[in-house]
Amino acid sequence: MKRREFVKKSVSAGFVTGTALAFGSINNLFGKPPLPYSPVDLVAVKGGNPGQMFDQGIEALGGIEKFVKPNQTVVVKPNIGWDRGPDQAANTNPHLLSRIIEHCLKAGAKEVRVFDHTCDVWTKTYKNSGIEKAVKDAGGKIVPGNTEGYYQKVDIPKGVKLTSAKVHELILESDVFINVPVLKHHSSSRLTISMKNLMGVVWDRRFWHRNDLHQCIADYATYERKPDLNIVDAYNVMMRNGPQGVSVSDVVNMKTQILTTDMVAADAAATKFFGNNPADVLHIRKANEMGVGEMDLEKLSIKRITI
Amino acid sequence: MKYAFLKKLRVIISLLFFILITLVFVDYRNALPEEFAKGVLYLQFIPSLLKFINLLSVSVVGFIVVLVLTFVFGRVYCSSICPLGVFMDIVSFFSRKIKKKKKRFRYKEPHNILRYSLLAVTIFFFTAGSIYFILLLDPYSNFGRIITYFVNPVIIMVNNGVAGILGNFNIYAIFPVEIQSVRFELWIYPLLFLILVTWMSFTDGRLFCNTICPVGTLLGLLSRFSLFKIRFDKENCTSCGLCARVCKSDCLDFKEQIIDYSRCVECFNCLPVCTSDAIKYTYKKTGDNNAGGTKREVSTLPDDYNKNKRKFLTLLLSVFAGSAIGSIKQDTQEEYKDSTVPEEKEFPVTPPGSLSIRNFTHNCTACALCVSACPSDVLQPSFKEYGLTGMMQPHMDYHTGYCNFECTRCSEVCPTGAILPVPEEEKKWIQMGIAKFVKENCIVHTEKTDCGACSEHCPTKAVKMVPYEGDLLIPEVTDDICVGCGACEFACPTTPFKAIYVDGHSIHEIAKEPEEEKLEKPMGEEEFPF
Repeated sequence: MKRREFVKKSVSAGFVTGTALAFGSINNLFGKPPLPYSPVDLVAVKGGNPGQMFDQGIEALGGIEKFVKPNQTVVVKPNIGWDRGPDQAANTNPHLLSRIIEHCLKAGAKEVRVFDHTCDVWTKTYKNSGIEKAVKDAGGKIVPGNTEGYYQKVDIPKGVKLTSAKVHELILESDVFINVPVLKHHSSSRLTISMKNLMGVVWDRRFWHRNDLHQCIADYATYERKPDLNIVDAYNVMMRNGPQGVSVSDVVNMKTQILTTDMVAADAAATKFFGNNPADVLHIRKANEMGVGEMDLEKLSIKRITI
Repeated sequence: MKYAFLKKLRVIISLLFFILITLVFVDYRNALPEEFAKGVLYLQFIPSLLKFINLLSVSVVGFIVVLVLTFVFGRVYCSSICPLGVFMDIVSFFSRKIKKKKKRFRYKEPHNILRYSLLAVTIFFFTAGSIYFILLLDPYSNFGRIITYFVNPVIIMVNNGVAGILGNFNIYAIFPVEIQSVRFELWIYPLLFLILVTWMSFTDGRLFCNTICPVGTLLGLLSRFSLFKIRFDKENCTSCGLCARVCKSDCLDFKEQIIDYSRCVECFNCLPVCTSDAIKYTYKKTGDNNAGGTKREVSTLPDDYNKNKRKFLTLLLSVFAGSAIGSIKQDTQEEYKDSTVPEEKEFPVTPPGSLSIRNFTHNCTACALCVSACPSDVLQPSFKEYGLTGMMQPHMDYHTGYCNFECTRCSEVCPTGAILPVPEEEKKWIQMGIAKFVKENCIVHTEKTDCGACSEHCPTKAVKMVPYEGDLLIPEVTDDICVGCGACEFACPTTPFKAIYVDGHSIHEIAKEPEEEKLEKPMGEEEFPF
């Protein structure tokens, strides 16, 4: 066991350094004013099916080629937390995921990996959410996330309460990190969108619950390996009884999607779709204050697409 | 010699049962369908008998098939169907390979007092309503425990090692599985049992089956009258003694040409070794009229009778002593600043389909199949939840996992009827217990921060968040829609005591289904809210 850990650690340490070197420049993009070649900060799409909305949304953002270069590895992090069927919208829409994977592979990605640290038994959630099949059919690779061995300790220097966490190795190793949360009501964090979705890339979540949940969500959002792209699935939205939902009566067919590199902006826009004020969701406000991203949508250049 | 194929046939069938049953127990990935487990375990005597008594249904008559088989062919159950019996044959086989001096079996007197008293005690306790001795002595259940407690962790460790290596190459077809190690006090009995069985079979073949095993003794009573038997042909016999040397039940007396049919397990080892065609497996007696079992009087107790009895008593005593030591240790729990109020459970939680604590504890032989089959790791062997006699019978341990809302795996694999099969839709609403909220331990109350992990995991929203101080929300339990799945208790982050826990029902109830209300869409069809 010890030797295996050593090998793993040294390998992943290499990966981390490599990733940091390769992506230093892209990471610098976050939290800065829009760069000349990025005319749009945030794309909001409305009216189509999840796949269509992604097609048009990503095009407006400059195409998937802007994010995925040939021969790169991609990790896609959906929400696969619960053993519920796709109609209950407790997990990310499988159709959206297959379309994202198809785009990545078309752009020349070497491998597209998908995982989540699920709440319910992962073999069941992967299967019953329809995501395992969707990913495999689209040519992606489904990876388990429920074993501590896959998680590597990282420091979060800007964290207030959460100063270190064990993060899934794929997040650290992969060249491109795409965050695909589903917009939902949430009993703990009020809403779960892109920042809350990252709770599924760390190992010990009970620590977050014990030590000021909203602060920990914002703290983790300051960690340097941020998603390169956030796609908020708000096609079917669980309006109450989240994050698991009790029945399909909790779900509204909202037919929207948000695409942006800024997690705080993504969460603010999604909160508005939900009908709430972003500043009322404590972790969005905290992340905004900590400089993770921009909560004030007025300050961003937004492209609105209606299908 | 024309019966030589019988031994080969026996070996093949034995290994087939052994491998299939072992597979059922080591299926930690739930790759095999429930029907597979059901089919493979159909003929296990004790589970089938218990399920039959419990259900009074003709669909579970595996034990009757065994009785018929015994009446026709003798104790083929012990020889081939019982996984523990085959395990002992395997040990015995290797002992012969290892030992420098080749083991020669010889006729020995039976330990009648010990075996019949153990059978009598087992039956007496069972008719008096206690399954305790069955739980301790049933060969199938002991085999299940040995696999679940000792073999599974090793297999999973190997699996995890391989998964770790492959993971380095980003291959995830084999994935690590969490090892749920059974607390060490619970190891004592199965471990001693394993040692006893291994030692007995290493030194003397099927001594266990003919001395301690109540199923063996019971079937032995019947096999005296079975139609097909191993029989001597006195005319041909040269009294060379080759047959007795290979008789692992020590039941073949070649000098007197007598076979003790109560102990013969129909292993057919004697058939191929006879060079003079003097030993046969036939329907009718051939030239021998004293084939009716042991006619001899057991005038003196055999030398090792007392030794064995002493060993058995020591074994039992050490289990109790071990558990006593364990219970003293148990209370030295680490004190943590977070939570202060201990969980006070009136009843343990029994799995869905078990109907009541009474039904469960009266029918469960602690074979631990549900423990290894449970995908959520929530079913764990109990220590003192059901009291001393219920030790090792599984309970819902909400500190290791919680019951998946739609899962019915345990009820489908349980061979004894301790957990009865329930349709998925019904299972969801079985109320195994009710969640109790302890505000004094809750993060929201003590830390004044949002938490809600319990409500998050609740499948029916029986635990919902209601306004508390300021903007905070705090959990509240709606008893009648709580199913007692323990998701809230598992998810609760407080240590050492949880702020929410499930107190079991002694008799399961049916929870109400949550009411559905219509939802208003928060926004119109066209506009963007920003």
